[in-house]
Amino acid sequence: MIWLSWRQFRLNAMTALVAVAAVAVVLAITGPRLADLAAAGAAQVFDRLTPADITLFWAGLILVAVVPAVIGAFWGAPLVARELEAGTHRLAWTQSVTRTRWLVTKLAVTCAAAVVAVGATTLAVSWWSAPLDGVVSATRGSLPGHLTPVSFAMRGVVPVAYAVFAVVLGVTLGAVLRRPIPAMALTLALYVAVQVVVPLWVRPHLVTPTTATVVIGTDTLDGISLDGSGKVGSITVHTAHRGDWILSNETLDAKGAVATLPVWLTDCAGGPPTTAVDGAVQAEPVDPCLERLTAEGYTQRVVYQPAESFWTLQWAETALYLAASALLAGFCVWWTRHRLS
Amino acid sequence: MTAVLATDTLGKRYGRRWALKDCTLQIPAGRVTGLVGQNGAGKSTLLNLAAGLLRPTTGTIEVCGGRPASDPDQLAKVGFVAQDTPTYAGLSVRDHLRLGAHLNPRWDDDLARSRVDRLGLDLGQRAGRLSGGQRAQLALALGLAKRPELLILDEPVASLDPFARREFLQLLMEAVAEQELSVVLSSHVVSDLERVCDHVVVLVDSEVRLAGEVETLLDTHHRLTGPRRGTHSLPADQQVVSARHTDRQSTLVVRTERPVLDPSWTVTELGLEDLVLAYMERPAPDRPGAPAAAGADGSPTLEVLK
Repeated sequence: MIWLSWRQFRLNAMTALVAVAAVAVVLAITGPRLADLAAAGAAQVFDRLTPADITLFWAGLILVAVVPAVIGAFWGAPLVARELEAGTHRLAWTQSVTRTRWLVTKLAVTCAAAVVAVGATTLAVSWWSAPLDGVVSATRGSLPGHLTPVSFAMRGVVPVAYAVFAVVLGVTLGAVLRRPIPAMALTLALYVAVQVVVPLWVRPHLVTPTTATVVIGTDTLDGISLDGSGKVGSITVHTAHRGDWILSNETLDAKGAVATLPVWLTDCAGGPPTTAVDGAVQAEPVDPCLERLTAEGYTQRVVYQPAESFWTLQWAETALYLAASALLAGFCVWWTRHRLS
Repeated sequence: MTAVLATDTLGKRYGRRWALKDCTLQIPAGRVTGLVGQNGAGKSTLLNLAAGLLRPTTGTIEVCGGRPASDPDQLAKVGFVAQDTPTYAGLSVRDHLRLGAHLNPRWDDDLARSRVDRLGLDLGQRAGRLSGGQRAQLALALGLAKRPELLILDEPVASLDPFARREFLQLLMEAVAEQELSVVLSSHVVSDLERVCDHVVVLVDSEVRLAGEVETLLDTHHRLTGPRRGTHSLPADQQVVSARHTDRQSTLVVRTERPVLDPSWTVTELGLEDLVLAYMERPAPDRPGAPAAAGADGSPTLEVLK
């Protein structure tokens, strides 16, 4: 059965191999320059990036984001659906191999190939981005840190779990819908939906987040934002480690309850509509206001995932996706055994 | 009689429609059994149930002594050539033979290769480029080289031209003679089966209408032609299968174990095709003798015309 699975999959595998090799070559050529930049002084590395470097950084992120979805739609969805459409399942299922073994083998071969392809791509992109990912700075030259939702899903081990999930999702939808094209479309749609839902509502709670009370001061202030009528609406602060992923940022009053900011703050700090105040340079105008806030007992409560939780979160999310894949695969086997003919 | 395929009140329902209903049947081992019926009569459903591709809604089916497709051993006992003889369009003839070798423990590679050689198929050719007849032959080669106890063929010649039909059935019969296997094949064209079957099952409206050995059936069925008359005057042992009347003449198909003695009838033998057609146009057994009764009335409005 492995022979047949491989024979049917061979062309896909070759295509993937060529594509991954091409990506690896581009990254291998451009990567060492970044490492040299970082070696010359980690803190200033972002100032020395060329537009081409930034484009490549984003291209790497997008590539790792897109590849599992494409694999799910183009490898997963047609796996069973194409057989059902062409009627070849009646040939395959009447050889001396049970349907379950047929499906499990095909799933395993496809998942293994997806793991290798996505794993290699992620590894190459992560290696290329490593000189930038490791650097902690206030702005990071507008590039996302590796714990932020934009970057987290394209680093570490999670992309591999996404690929497995996408394949199993595609195969299952193909078996249920019985036609490859609708199955491909629905696989893409559902995969994207899951990739939106998980970082918004699931990932923050995979590991219990840390809650900290931060004194509002120029050293911690991240920004003051105005509401629609020009009054100060909210304040955001940052934690000691710039790589932390901040989930919520609330102002508390002296009694420890969530408070709206006092009215006088607008007169005090509402001057130029700067929403992001960066460090000491522009801090003078708001300094007294923040001191008065602190004196009146206002503090900031920050809920965050600390930067060092990166790998804990990675493994937790990997486990989540693999568990979902296993459940889905179980359903797919059941469906194939009992509902298909 | 050992049965290679036995069903008991077997039924398969799709939504509210019964594709096969109350089918109790024994198909003998070591024979070639033809399954005849119009399109949609339930032939494919029965064969797919036997191959384990479908699961019964009611009743049971046993093939070669086991539940169809229950495990690899059971699967190895039954060869199946599906309707339209599906093959992998992108895989070559050679790949199909490898597929068979990898997936079947009893695979007979010499047999498969010699059949493919005899057909003049190019091993490197993709199955998608083969003609319908060649594809059917490839599917048959796969089914035979699996060395099954029972080979099931679902409308194997339906899409073939007359020459390819003849060639396919001829090669099938040669293989049957060499391999001593049981065969069940279906067709809606009786003349295809006439040459090859020694046992026949007729399905009408999802139900088994007739099952038996071809020779016995032909021996016990006669066509009676004579002056117009009702069927109520026939001897008790003569069971009317179909009756047709014109203004002057009656033509009956009757089933009887004994010779027909009435001198007013001209008795002629029936071919398998005529016999099967007589059963196909007959009403369901739960409304027995409807056309016969109409004939007895002599009512011209109920005459059956072909």
